[in-house]
Amino acid sequence: MHFRHILNALGRHRIAVALLVLEIAFSCAVVCNALFLIGNRLERMQRPTGVDEAHVVEMFIGSVTPGSAEAVMAQTRTDIAALRAIPGVANVAVVNQTLFGNSFSASGVGLSDDAKAPRISVTQYMGDANLADTLGLKLAEGQWFKPDEFITEEQLEAGRSGLPVIITKALAEHLFPGESAVGRTIYAFGANRVVGVLDRLVQPRDSGPTESYGYAMLFPVTLPYTEGAYVIRVKDAMRRDAVIQDVLRTLKASGPLRLISPKYAFTLESQRAKYYRNDRAMAWMLVGVCVLLLVVTAVGIVGLTSFWVAQRRRQIGIRRAIGATRGDILRYFQTENFLIASLGIALGMVLTYGLNLLLMAHYELARLPGYYLPVGALVLWVLGQLAVLGPALRAARVPPVVATRSA
Amino acid sequence: MFGYYLDLALHGLKRNRALTALMVLAIALGIGASMTTLTVLHVLAGDPLPGRSGSLYYPQIDPRDSLGYVPGKTEPLDQLSWIDGMNLLQARRADRQALMTGGNVAIQPDHSTLDPFYESARYTTVDFFAMFGVPFKYGHAWGEADDAAHARVAVISSQLNDKLFGGGDSTGKPLRLSGAMFRVVGVIGDWNPNPHFYDLNRKSYNENEGVYLPLSTSQDLGMTHDGGVDCWGNGGGGNTPDHNSPCVWLQFWVQLDSPAKVAAYEAFLVGYSRQQKELGRFGRPPNIKLRDVMQWLDYNQVVPDDVRLQNGLAFGFLLVCLVNTVGLMLAKFLRRSGELGVRRALGASKRSLFAQLLIEAGVVGLVGGIGGLLLALVGLWLVRRQPASYAALAHLDPTMLLATFLLALGASLLAGLLPAWRACQIAPALQLKSN
Repeated sequence: MHFRHILNALGRHRIAVALLVLEIAFSCAVVCNALFLIGNRLERMQRPTGVDEAHVVEMFIGSVTPGSAEAVMAQTRTDIAALRAIPGVANVAVVNQTLFGNSFSASGVGLSDDAKAPRISVTQYMGDANLADTLGLKLAEGQWFKPDEFITEEQLEAGRSGLPVIITKALAEHLFPGESAVGRTIYAFGANRVVGVLDRLVQPRDSGPTESYGYAMLFPVTLPYTEGAYVIRVKDAMRRDAVIQDVLRTLKASGPLRLISPKYAFTLESQRAKYYRNDRAMAWMLVGVCVLLLVVTAVGIVGLTSFWVAQRRRQIGIRRAIGATRGDILRYFQTENFLIASLGIALGMVLTYGLNLLLMAHYELARLPGYYLPVGALVLWVLGQLAVLGPALRAARVPPVVATRSA
Repeated sequence: MFGYYLDLALHGLKRNRALTALMVLAIALGIGASMTTLTVLHVLAGDPLPGRSGSLYYPQIDPRDSLGYVPGKTEPLDQLSWIDGMNLLQARRADRQALMTGGNVAIQPDHSTLDPFYESARYTTVDFFAMFGVPFKYGHAWGEADDAAHARVAVISSQLNDKLFGGGDSTGKPLRLSGAMFRVVGVIGDWNPNPHFYDLNRKSYNENEGVYLPLSTSQDLGMTHDGGVDCWGNGGGGNTPDHNSPCVWLQFWVQLDSPAKVAAYEAFLVGYSRQQKELGRFGRPPNIKLRDVMQWLDYNQVVPDDVRLQNGLAFGFLLVCLVNTVGLMLAKFLRRSGELGVRRALGASKRSLFAQLLIEAGVVGLVGGIGGLLLALVGLWLVRRQPASYAALAHLDPTMLLATFLLALGASLLAGLLPAWRACQIAPALQLKSN
């Protein structure tokens, strides 16, 4: 089969060919970028938090009548003791903010207490001595807080400085690139000595630039339940829901009238699913658009190729009469489609790149990795061949006798 | 003539049903997708208070220290501290003004069938209701004297009224909020501005408060604040900042009824900033902004990125559908070369042929538009099932209904131009000969 003949024939249908090429190019550009966006979303949804999510349950309790600070703290201790007594509960702690939760607490962090020193905003977790074990946090370097280092909320608000801090590896590498952070001092609440480095812990929710998602600090502060939430570590992940029921029953049995409702008790996994549901919806929407786009493109190829086949019935008959096999006719239309698709894909690559630049300018999006281009090309080549098969087979069935009839 | 062409067009469309159906389908899909996303965008970027938003302004000042200040570039803060809020409120330089912030209150219903529950609350001074044109179903707003007296009065939403009082006139009834007794003075009617422009720290859409209390009362009772807190210098601490701390957490809205008043208010803000700098409270030269509602929404980019992305994607899809339709129409028109040749030979001008073909394209567009409308209704139904906070608002309004048909008709006529022109170029003699 000579490409030259096909090109000559296509030259007679310049407008139709140009339309097909354009359609394939646009599809290629949109599909490549959509696949990239889908990949981004999936990657985002799978980011680890550093917390043993399967075993953690959260419980928010609202006080209806604010009591004295001492009374609330005493109630917190009573609650923790009662929760610990529940079979199936491994550990309990109070934390100021929960992963995927609504509250977000952050401080400016710098390497000097000079007011002019550059500062970045870093989220801060505050919790008691059981927090690390309850969440299943892993220490990469250094050590945990000592029991005498934990202070109360009043002491913190009174402006007590010199509090030790544990920071995440990501933050340590940002602040002290290539060095160990343990023993160094950062300036958040006054001067804070870094005693340990966590493998990983992330912001409660995305805030600031993408890379700061893994920046977090942990302070040793014993909080009353009204300043955060109870986090509960269960022994058996399969029995989480039963433990939640026990927790609700236990808390309702003790203390003053409080807001204790199943509406405010969550497994961390359900919180994760809720947090990422917009991303999931967006990914599905992108998948839907890709499928529709490919269907429409296929429809266009089928329509125009059918038209060409109908228009060339006589020529096909003549070629068959002078010796071309059915396979030859089939291959002719397949090669023709391959050429058109290739032109479309070549133009599509340029458009893909342009669209990516446009998206990068308007949204926080990385450059499209090169491997999406061959994937997109392959998809459109296969689509073209599948779409052309029907009309091409019809063309191959044109009997040679057509040549002898006038149109 | 039009009737005859229409007849011809319908006849032509019937001749190759498969091709016609494919064209209608392509247009319907493209229109359906783009109208779905366009409607969502239209709803989200809409004016929360039509007719009023033009005279409502949000003063911003910059009380921070000089660190990191770039003249002309650094935006002033998005909220006010307690001291500045009180100063601006008491200056009374605008036609109306309200200082406010958000919070959560625990509601303890009197009848024991309902467990206590949280309700989002707005702590505000009284002009809020008159300034934003809040309609009342029962009762009225509290008075200025109540603000000054730190009165325990509350205005509630009609949803909360339904839940607590069975929808009846509850004015004068007691209401226990976070342990304190309040008296209901008013029930708000149907009022649901979207986006939630006056405090964008709360979710932007479909998130109106159930309870409205005087700001002074909420501070007396130490009610919890919920929303954004931004501190500078050595400020910090909890979510409910101290009144003297260098933190901003209050929103302040003013009503200015004429451009002259707007200019005067700007001058007032500059003067205030200068005065505060001289007093040593502010570290920066006057850095102020006075945006109206739509400018404020624009500045805060309330329309989610995802929605804009979906809209762009849908129009990309429409473009592919149109290119596709152009191709199919070309095939369809050229197939009828014979018929067109005969009409030309019998004396029809190129113009009338062109008009006939365009009418055919228009019919395809109209039918595609109806299909697109149905698909858009399905699409919006799917959007409403999404978890996003704005989802429930996605409904087609008459403007968008009209836009759907205009878009479909315009798109199909545009798609018909090239094929119609190409089909008119055929030489009649050649067509007649080959037949």
